[in-house]
Parts: sequence; C-alpha cells; structure tokens
Amino acid sequence: MIKRPGSLRRLLVGLTALSLLLLVASCAHNYPQTTLLPRGDFGRMVDKLFRTTVFWAAIVFVLVEGALLVAIFKFRGRPDDPEPRQVHGNTGLEVVWTMIPAFILVMIAVPTIKTIFKTSSYAEGDVVNVEVIGHQWWWEFRYPDLGVVTANEMHVPVNRTVNLRMTSADVIHSFWVPQFAGKRDLFPKKHNPLWFKAEVTGTFTGQCAEFCGEQHGRMGFVLQVQPQEEFDAWAASQRVGSPLVNAGRVDSTQMPARDAAADSLEKAGQAAFNAGGCIACHAMTGTALAGVLAAKGPNLTHVGSRSTIVGGMLQNTPENLARWLSNPDSVKSGVLMILPRKLTSQEITTLVAYLRSHR
Amino acid sequence: MSHASHAMDAPHGVREGSMHDMHPTTTGIPSRKVALWTLIGSECLFFASLISTYLVYKGKSLVGPLPHTESQCMLHGQMQACEPIIEIPLVTFGTAVLLFSSFFIVLALYGAQKGRRGMLIGWLGATVVAGLFFVGMQVYEFTHFFHKGMGYSTNLFSSSFFTLTGFHGSHVTAGVIWLSTLLVLAIRGKIPPGKSLNLEIAALYWHFVDVVWIVIFPVVYLMR
Amino acid sequence: MATSVLEHAPAIHQEKSGLWSWITTVDHKRIGILYGTTAFIFFLIGGIEALIMRLQLMRPDNHLVSAEAFNSLFTMHGTTMIFLGVMPLSAMFFNYFIPLHIGARDVAFPRLNAFSYWVFLLGGLFINFSFLLNAAPNAGWFGYANLTERTYSPGLNTDFWVLGLQILGIASMAAAINFFVTIVNLRAPGMKMLRMPMFVWMSFITQILLLLAFPVITVALVFLMMDRHFGSHFFLPEGGGDPVLWQHLFWIFGHPEVYILILPAFGIVSEVLPVFSRKPLFGYTAMVFSGAFIAFLGFGVWSHHMFATGMGPIADSFFAISTMLIAVPTGVKIFNWLGTIWGGSLQFKTPLYFALGMVAMFIIGGLSGVMHSSPPADLQQTDSYFVVAHFHYVLFGGSIFGLTAGAYYWFPKMFGRMLNETIGKAHFWLMLIGFNLTFFPMHFLGLNGMPRRVYTYAAGSNFEFWNRIETWGALLLAFSLLLFVYNVVSTMRKPKTAPADPWKGATLEWLIPSPPQEFNFADVPPVNSSTPAWDLRRAGGGQLPEPKRVSGAGIHLPSPSIWPVVTACGVLGVIGSILFTHMKGWFVITLCGAAVLLFGIYRWAFEPPFPEEH
Repeated sequence: MIKRPGSLRRLLVGLTALSLLLLVASCAHNYPQTTLLPRGDFGRMVDKLFRTTVFWAAIVFVLVEGALLVAIFKFRGRPDDPEPRQVHGNTGLEVVWTMIPAFILVMIAVPTIKTIFKTSSYAEGDVVNVEVIGHQWWWEFRYPDLGVVTANEMHVPVNRTVNLRMTSADVIHSFWVPQFAGKRDLFPKKHNPLWFKAEVTGTFTGQCAEFCGEQHGRMGFVLQVQPQEEFDAWAASQRVGSPLVNAGRVDSTQMPARDAAADSLEKAGQAAFNAGGCIACHAMTGTALAGVLAAKGPNLTHVGSRSTIVGGMLQNTPENLARWLSNPDSVKSGVLMILPRKLTSQEITTLVAYLRSHR
Repeated sequence: MSHASHAMDAPHGVREGSMHDMHPTTTGIPSRKVALWTLIGSECLFFASLISTYLVYKGKSLVGPLPHTESQCMLHGQMQACEPIIEIPLVTFGTAVLLFSSFFIVLALYGAQKGRRGMLIGWLGATVVAGLFFVGMQVYEFTHFFHKGMGYSTNLFSSSFFTLTGFHGSHVTAGVIWLSTLLVLAIRGKIPPGKSLNLEIAALYWHFVDVVWIVIFPVVYLMR
Repeated sequence: MATSVLEHAPAIHQEKSGLWSWITTVDHKRIGILYGTTAFIFFLIGGIEALIMRLQLMRPDNHLVSAEAFNSLFTMHGTTMIFLGVMPLSAMFFNYFIPLHIGARDVAFPRLNAFSYWVFLLGGLFINFSFLLNAAPNAGWFGYANLTERTYSPGLNTDFWVLGLQILGIASMAAAINFFVTIVNLRAPGMKMLRMPMFVWMSFITQILLLLAFPVITVALVFLMMDRHFGSHFFLPEGGGDPVLWQHLFWIFGHPEVYILILPAFGIVSEVLPVFSRKPLFGYTAMVFSGAFIAFLGFGVWSHHMFATGMGPIADSFFAISTMLIAVPTGVKIFNWLGTIWGGSLQFKTPLYFALGMVAMFIIGGLSGVMHSSPPADLQQTDSYFVVAHFHYVLFGGSIFGLTAGAYYWFPKMFGRMLNETIGKAHFWLMLIGFNLTFFPMHFLGLNGMPRRVYTYAAGSNFEFWNRIETWGALLLAFSLLLFVYNVVSTMRKPKTAPADPWKGATLEWLIPSPPQEFNFADVPPVNSSTPAWDLRRAGGGQLPEPKRVSGAGIHLPSPSIWPVVTACGVLGVIGSILFTHMKGWFVITLCGAAVLLFGIYRWAFEPPFPEEH
C-alpha cells in the first residue's frame, strides 16, 4: 500500500487543514457577515469547535479521497486482464474502520457537549438585558432595565455581556449576528435565550435566519457596538419618549431646541403623520400611540437616529424615506405597511423632515 | 401446451386472487396476509403519532370543557367549576362490545374454515352488529359532546380527542363495510373453506382495530 | 433442446402495444418505465426552478423574479426534487429490478403497483397545477407552522402543498407494502435473504423506512389541514398549540426520508462497483447490517434539524451524540466500497464513473454533515448556505450520481440498446465539474453569513462573487443533463442489439434477454450465492450463452386492469376536495370522490387477477 510514515502524514494533513482555513479566513475579511472572524466570546467558542471538526474532517477527507484516487489509478484494468483475487471481506478491517471513526467522533463529541451546556441558558451577572421581538419583517429591541424601545438597530456596549431574551410576535424567526454568536429561533408565546460579549467596536449587520414569509430575505438589522460612554449616551437619548418611560410622554424641556422654520415644518409633518394614518400602527412620542408597546409597526420616536430603514435594507436618507413613504409595496413587496391612501408629495416632504428630526 | 417453460411458474409467480393464495411463498405465508401485517405495522406508527399528540397536549387546553374532573377551568370566558365531559360507563360498554366482536369473528372464521355455513354467517353477522353498535356509540358520544358545547375546534383536548377517536372510528367503519361485504358473500355461499383466507385477513384487520382501541381507551378515558 | 421443439416452436411471446395497454398495464417493467419517464420530466422541471433561482441570485438586489415567485421556486424545487424526482426515480429501479433480482415474475400485487404509479402521477400534476392558479406552494418544502397556518398563508398555496403531499404519501405507502411483501415472499428457491443483491437489501430497508415514516407526516399534515380548514389549534399558540410540534412530527418523518432518498443509490453503487471491479462486494454482511443500523438509528436523530430552536442542553446533547453515531455505519459503507475496488481490475465504463463520483461526492457531503452534528457549531451553519451545500452534496452528489450510475448500468437491460460511451463520459465530467462549481462555494457563502431562502442579498455583503460562479456552474450542470437526454433519445432510435449481459454482471437480470420478455424468466437458474450469474459464468468456463426468447406458452400473467387508474382518481377526488372548503357544498366533491374510490376498490376486488382459465 502506498503510505507515508504516520506522523509525517498527520503533519501534512494538519498543515493542509490549517492553510485551507487560513485561506478561507483571510478571504473572510471581505465578508461583513462572516462567522470565521469571530469578534465575541460566543462566536469564538463555536468557531473553536468548528475548527476542531474541520481538522478531523480534513484528515478523513485526505485519507479517504486519497485512497479512492490511489485505487482508481493503481487498479485500472483492461477487459482481457485476468480475474482479480475474489476477496469477500475482512472482519478485522471492519472492526478497525468502525472503531477509528468512532474515536474521532468522541474527539468531537466531548468539546461539543461542554460547549452546549455553556451556551444554552441565559447569562447572569453584570449583563445588558435586551428583549428581541421578531415581526414580519422587522426587529423590535427593548431594553427593560434602561427603558429603551427601538427597532432594527441594536446598540450594545463593548466588552459587556448582552443577554437576549427572544420571542416572536407572529411566525418563527431566527436572530443571527454571525460575527458574534450563533443563531437562535424566535417562537411566538415563548422565549429563547442568547448571549454574547462583543469585543470590538463598530457597525455590524445581521439577518433573520428562519424563513418567515415573503420578505424573509430583507429582514436585516444593524448591531452597533460602542464604548460604554457612547452607549450610555445613546440609551439616555432613546429613553426620551420611550413607551417604557412615562408612557411615552415627554415634557418640552427634554427635547432639543429648534428654530421656528424647522418647527413649523415638523408640525406639518406631525399633522401628516396623523392624517396619513401612520398613527394606527406606529408608536411616536406626542401622538396617539405614544405609550403603546405592542403596536403593529416599529416605534418611530427616534427613527432619525437609525442608520438604516426598512429592516436594514436602505440607508436612512431623505431620498430613501421619501421613496418608502410614497409606495412601500414597490420597495418591499408584500410589506404589511399598507397606507390607507397614497400620501401627497407635500405630505411626504413634511413627514421626512418630521421623522428625521426625531433622533 | 409446453409445461416445461413454466416450471418456475408455480412457486413464485404472481398470485393475487383468493384461489391462488395457497401456492408456496418464500415464507409459507400467503402474500395478502403478509401485506396486512405490514399495513398494521405502519398503522401502529400512525396511531402512535395521534396518541402522542393527545398526550403532549393533555392538560394544555386554554379553555374547557375537559375530560376529567377539574375544580376550575375557563368556560365561556370565565373561570368556573368544570364538569368532566366524558362519560365512562357508556364507553366502557362500547369497549366491551368491541372486544367481544373480536371473539365473534374468531368463531366466524372457525366456521368458515370448517365449512360450517351457519356458524360463519351467524357469528360474522354478530361481528358486524357489534361494530355498528360501537360506531353508533361513538356517534352518540360525539353528538352529546357537541350539545354540551364541545365542538371540534373548541380546545386542544377536543381537537386531539376527535382526531384520534375519529380516525379510529373511521377505521372501524371501514372494517364494518369490509365485513358486511364478506357477510353478503358468505350468505351467497362464496366463502368455502378454500377461500377462508379472505375472512382471515379481514379478521386480522379487525383485531388490530380492536387492539388500537385497547390502547386509546385507558389513555383517553381512564388516565388522569 | 430437441430439434422437434424448434420445428414446431410456437411464436415468440409478444407484448401488447398502444396507449391503452400502457394505461392498464400491471407489468412491473412497464410501470418502472412509466415511473422513470414521469420522474425525469419532473426532475427537469425542478431543475428549471433551480436555474431561475440561480439567475435571480447572480446579482445583488436583483429583480429577475419577485420575492413571492422566488419563495415558490425554492419551495417547489425542494418538493419536486424530493417527492417527484429522486423518490420516483428510485421507484423506477425498484419496479424494474427487484423482481428480476429475486427471480420473480412480478411484484406481489401488480395492480397495487399500477395504482401507486397513477396516484403519484395525479399527485404530481395536482401540486404543479397550483402554478396555473398563481398559487404555488411558497412556505418551504418543510412547511413550518405557524407560517403555514391560514393567518400567515391565507391563499391556496399551502393547501396545494398539504394535500399534494397526502396524495403522494398514499402512492409511496402502497408501493412500500408491495415491495416489502415481494422481497419477503417471492424470492426464488435458494435466494436466502443474505444472498439477495445489495440493491434489493437497500431497497428493502427503504420500504421499511417508508412504512414507518410516512404515517407520521400524514398525521402532521392532517393536523395542519385541520388547523387551516376546521378551526383547530394544533400548531397555533393562540389556542395553546405549539409550532414546535410540527417540527418534531415533520422531522421524525423527514430524517428517515433522507435515508429513503440515499439508500437506493447506495444499493446501486454496491451493484456497479463489484461488476466493474470484477470482484465481489467487500463486506456483504457488514453492508447489510450497517444499512439496517442506519435505518434504525435514523429514527433517533430527527432533532438535529432543530438545534437552533432552543430545546435545551439535554435534548441537544442527545441528538448530537445520536447524529455522530450514525456517521459510523455510513463510514463503514464507504470503506467497504473502497475495499471492493481495491485490488480489482477496474473497467472504466460510464456506470463506474458515476458510481465512483457518487462515493467521492458523498464523502464530502458526509463530512459537512458531521460538522453539522455539533449543535454549537451548527448554530452558525444551520439555515445558511452551508447546509444547502451539505444536502446538495448528499442528495445530488449522492442520490443523483448514484441513480445516474444505475441509469447507464441498466439502460441496456431495460431498452435493449447500449448508450453511447463517449457522450456518457462527457456527461460525467461536465456534470461533476458543474456540480462542484455550483455547490462547493456554498460552503464559503454559508460560513461567511449568507442565510438560505433569501430571494436576494445586499451589495455590501460581497456575496456576489461566489453566487455568480455558482450560477455558471448550474448552467454547466444543466448542459450536461441535455447531453444525457441527447444520448437517450439518439440511442432509442437505434435497433435493439444489446446483449443480455454487456457488463458481465453478477445478478439474475443479466441471464435473460435485453429487454426481458414479459414473464421475465422462463426458468430461474439455481441460486447458491449472492452472485448467481458469475457462478454460472464460472461454471461455463468464463462464457454465458446468449439466452433465447421463448414463446412463454402456459405462463400465467396477470391481466391488465383499469381499476387502479379509477381508484387513483377517487383518491385525488377525496383529498383534492379539501381545496374547496371555502365553498358551500364542497362536501359533495368529497362524496363524489369517495364514490369513485369505492367503485374502483370494489371492481378491483372482484376482478379476477388472471384471465379465466379454460
């Protein structure tokens, strides 16, 4: 049989696996949503487990596919060749090639079980608690201890464990921010745990990972990892007008000062917000649903502060807001935001200003 | 006609009709009987799934009525005292009738195998009557529940109960139709001892339907 | 044979021809051809569905098809490939070759066999009819509740899916009973269980899986149907139900289903490799027991499809271990195949190419499966393109390559002509390259964060590069299939000159003419091992005489019958009537269907299976 000495082969295999991983990982820099460059503790734990499986898989791959290729070349025959030795089997070999895979699997099973127990429950201690509620096709994030209610953009402080408690308002969704953690499903009327500690700051994207209907492909979110002070500032500003604080009521001293011209534009926007039917589904400070938590659509009290709109699909610019407001269904077909009537372009202009002023 | 060319015809050609079932098969058991056993194996998984669902949802109904005595359950929008909806005496009697019907069909089969036409027709008739009684009992029970306010979709108990017992009842009904057909054939003298396999296979099916009820009855009616 | 017999030889037995003879056929070989042709057409339809998806995914933010259309495409692609493609393609081979392999004239219940085919055809037409109503199923091939409940899927789409699968389930169940009884009861003298060809063993285990798994999905589908039409709450949380119950019931069926999809291909490879290595299958007994163990264990791994649902650490651990365990007998099979070709004299004909390709591709699919078996790692992989890569490697690389090997291997026997070797090899290489180009990069995309079942992706995600390569790969793959079609069509134009045993096969089918006569065997030769044809060839000094076609006079063949078709229509009527529950008086349709069904059953039951003897 063609075989090199065992240790040399192992070295070669290990190097192959490592280099393959490095190759793929280095390319991974190009992928904002990659799992291969984990930036958080959960992600690193599962990545380590993944690399263990890849290591063993690479060994098996090289050995078995190698044997196949060797056999194909070594035993090429011609029709008039003599009949080869009629071997029926070998019990010893059967035992060996049952035991060796079983051994390899034990090598994978042990760290697997350990990691399962570490990652299955809620985190405790000094954590940032976030409730995640999945909707068709947007994400609601509530910070019960901080009184924040927001949508589609989650801010977390760096180097602190974030403890997610996740449920769905309608069908099964799955929360996946690959750079930091594996995914977990969101079920209606049930809660599922997920935690992670982000170890670098920056802006990251995640997506829904369980088919949830027409626009499953556009149910994304943004994860903003910030230094603690910036996070605290963000939370403080998001508290203003939050349904969890004072039923969404805000007194004028809490709002930043505005000049008269902008003020009248925004008042017109607020009128349009009421007249256009937005108040039926969107909680917004100073309007009918201000303190409502279970509104059908995202809370818009601080929509101006978000970097994206429409479930992470569009940048939060005046043009995109206008495009969305003029015909949501043409942007994201099947969307449940069905306007009672088409908005006039004047209404849209004022609305855009109104929404963008709510940072 | 050359007979040499079909030397292998006898042992394992295709035999479906009753008169050909007595030829040798690899196991020695007629193929139709093996087929019914196979069907029974499969049906066990079917009923196991229905029973498992019933058990998984036991106690999980959000509203009443409920099968057994509970001090309170949600009824008509408020928590109130809850009467158990199932009535054990009637169903126990129906169960006994069904169990006896398995005995009747054994006697009918014996009659068929021994060529005792009177015995065959009498006991087969009794089996059909017993089966009809059981189905009738279930129809009465379902109607009674409906009048007491429990329809198919009322709660988890009602849905899983009606689905499980409904499928069992439809299996009994199919059996009654099958046995009635055989009864007519028996009366017309078309089940001599050589054709008793037809009845034997139907009897096997009938026993299976009975065994399923022996599992359902304690799980649904007796267990708390 | 005496010369006097030759002088007065009766005319050679001729099979009937014409459309009616095909509609009423109860001959397992014709039914096999019906299955294969129908399944291949559905396979091509499923392939077109895939190509459209690949074209949509070529560019970010693409608008080739709408989101709704894309969702229907991936739902129908999965449903079609599994239920209307791979399963009936396997059924083609079950039908044609199980009786031949065990030395029988036909299956145990020929009319039930025909019934299975017609129900399959009607079920496939039913579910595809939804396209004409712009209501194609669109909730994924595994239809998770509560998305599939009426609240979130109000149209007929999910109803077509639920009812279509119920119809197809009946076809599978009927066939499974038939083949199970056939294998148990109709074996030739000397054909002990442990002498059966490995294809028969794997098919036997597949039938057992079908019998035990399909009832579970039937119950799940009944519950969903009741929720959608009759107000129950089996999977609706607002009524106390639990969507996770759907997943459990579905996957208790679903996991054995994937073994149903792969075991026949395993069986085919276990036939082809020995013949083209000119030595017996290595470890016959180990292959039997590993197959049985896979099937048994296959009922204990289902929740590895649910690792992201939060079942808790104990359930996760249990299913992780059982899933890892199932890798062991699977590995045993691969090693035994290696043992078969090792030391052999490999004859590189097209069937061998595809069989070796299957082994090579399945190894990759199996290894990515092992990666999935670790729940924490799977939390990154599941529902991403990584798992799409995995299951295409095992289902296409495994099942389709295996079935293609069977097609090239058995084509001469079935149709009496040899497929063109050059085109066959071109088909292989282009299919291998196209397949790998399409599916290997999906591993990268999944690990780099691309979820599955998304109709598009953002430009900033950088998923475009590999998606483009995959689309070109898919086009190459499609082209290779066109080569196959060309090969078949041009070969069918040639005369039937294939010998009975072009490959020096080991099993009984090679001892009768190509194609076989309607009654299969005039006389079954003695069976003293698992390689009866090799035994006879060895006894004949390395030669086998070309079998002659005979008159078949005196051989009883079951009569053709129309009642399986009628009964099948009754099944369609009863189940299909549920589409109309929103209409008043819909129950009338059910009753009509039931009447046709009962009429068909009664006429069938009282029809003599053989022509009346005189």
